Amino acid sequence: MAELPNPQENLSLDTFLRGIWTENPVFAMLLGMCPVLAVTNSTMNAIAMGLATTFVLVCSSLLISLLRNWIPKQVRIASYIIIIATFVTIVDYGIQAISLELYAALGAFIQLIVVNCVILGRAEAYASKQRLHTTLVNSLGMGAGFTIALLALGTVREILGSGSILGVALFGEGFQPWVVMILPPGGFFVLGAWLLLFNWLRLRKERRVMEQSGVAANAG
Amino acid sequence: MSIKVELQPQSQPGAGAQVAPSWPMLRTLAGIAILSGLLVVLVYQATKPIIAENERILTEQAVFEVLPGAVSKVDFVLSDQGLVPAGEGAVGISVFAGFAADGQLRGVAFPGAARGYQDVIQFLFGYDPACECIIGSKVLRSTETPGLGDKIDTDPVFLENFVALDASLNPEGTGLANPIVLVAHGTKAAPWQIDGISGATISGKAMARAANDAAERFVPSIRQELAKLVEAAP
Repeated sequence: MAELPNPQENLSLDTFLRGIWTENPVFAMLLGMCPVLAVTNSTMNAIAMGLATTFVLVCSSLLISLLRNWIPKQVRIASYIIIIATFVTIVDYGIQAISLELYAALGAFIQLIVVNCVILGRAEAYASKQRLHTTLVNSLGMGAGFTIALLALGTVREILGSGSILGVALFGEGFQPWVVMILPPGGFFVLGAWLLLFNWLRLRKERRVMEQSGVAANAG
Repeated sequence: MSIKVELQPQSQPGAGAQVAPSWPMLRTLAGIAILSGLLVVLVYQATKPIIAENERILTEQAVFEVLPGAVSKVDFVLSDQGLVPAGEGAVGISVFAGFAADGQLRGVAFPGAARGYQDVIQFLFGYDPACECIIGSKVLRSTETPGLGDKIDTDPVFLENFVALDASLNPEGTGLANPIVLVAHGTKAAPWQIDGISGATISGKAMARAANDAAERFVPSIRQELAKLVEAAP
């Protein structure tokens, strides 16, 4: 049976917020880059992919946490993949039932959620070791962090590449769209810019902490 | 240069190595597989009618878009026996007869496909037997480059080519009198030619090829069985 080498985490606000900021799957851990770069050419696609991934992440993490003492470690990865693939198939049918146009826009990337390393990573590193309620909160935070990251890219790319947001035109007739932004290179440009911003913020915060601790040491 | 390879001795069962029991593994995988299958079947059954209805609405919208003035449609299938009503066990390619509010046949919508810049592009073309011309087009599925290749579905000047694109048959009624072709922008001289578009040359050529091939395939059957189509008015 699967062992529990890690101590059980106590539920706190940090269990949820970690996925949004310090352990953000996209901006901090650079996981799941394939859908991040591929389907963020519009805000709607980004929201749909974010919600679909969150659904799969939360449901699969919950089921894995529920069965964690029952799954032998030798077959754990195979079991996780079957569970994840089940929820991906459910999402696939669900999106077809909601909107076939959205389904066509997202293309193969719905099915490719099954190989998103964020989900398998959370299953292996967290859900298989933690209790149900902490797993629920943590996976919701991770899903929210992933969705926010997709939204950050999708919004910028749609504004620059199409001059609109959620299909609503923002600029007048004279606006010349920056087409490269909705093409694959645009994904890299925008992701690079966001990473630059977040790393600059992180470094600035670290520098301030060091300066403050230095001042405190000198004063002491 | 030599590469030194060290072979690890394989652990022998019963010689210190602990062999995992098979039954818990089999039980787990089988249990999860059964649960997975059950969930997938439940969701499939629940969403099947909704997805079928979505597909029907999407097809209907596309047919009405390529056949301006049509408010109802009747589905046919082009099989080895010619055009037969859909849903009678007929196997073939779907075509749609569109009718105006007064029951007059407004035209026939048929699918076309050709390889574009990225992948195969799928189209729906509207054909009016009265003018023997293509009167509308819609891209059903495309992965062409946004801002370039996708102009074939968004550029209003290019789409004007498909408002009255000649698709008349030869005297024998076996094929088109003139092949539908894409020509360089500004050099269109005949009603069966498509005026090219800059930035979407390959996609435009694909659309011309798809229109030509689809018309070659469907228009002879439509002319031969026009009476059957007209009588099918709902």
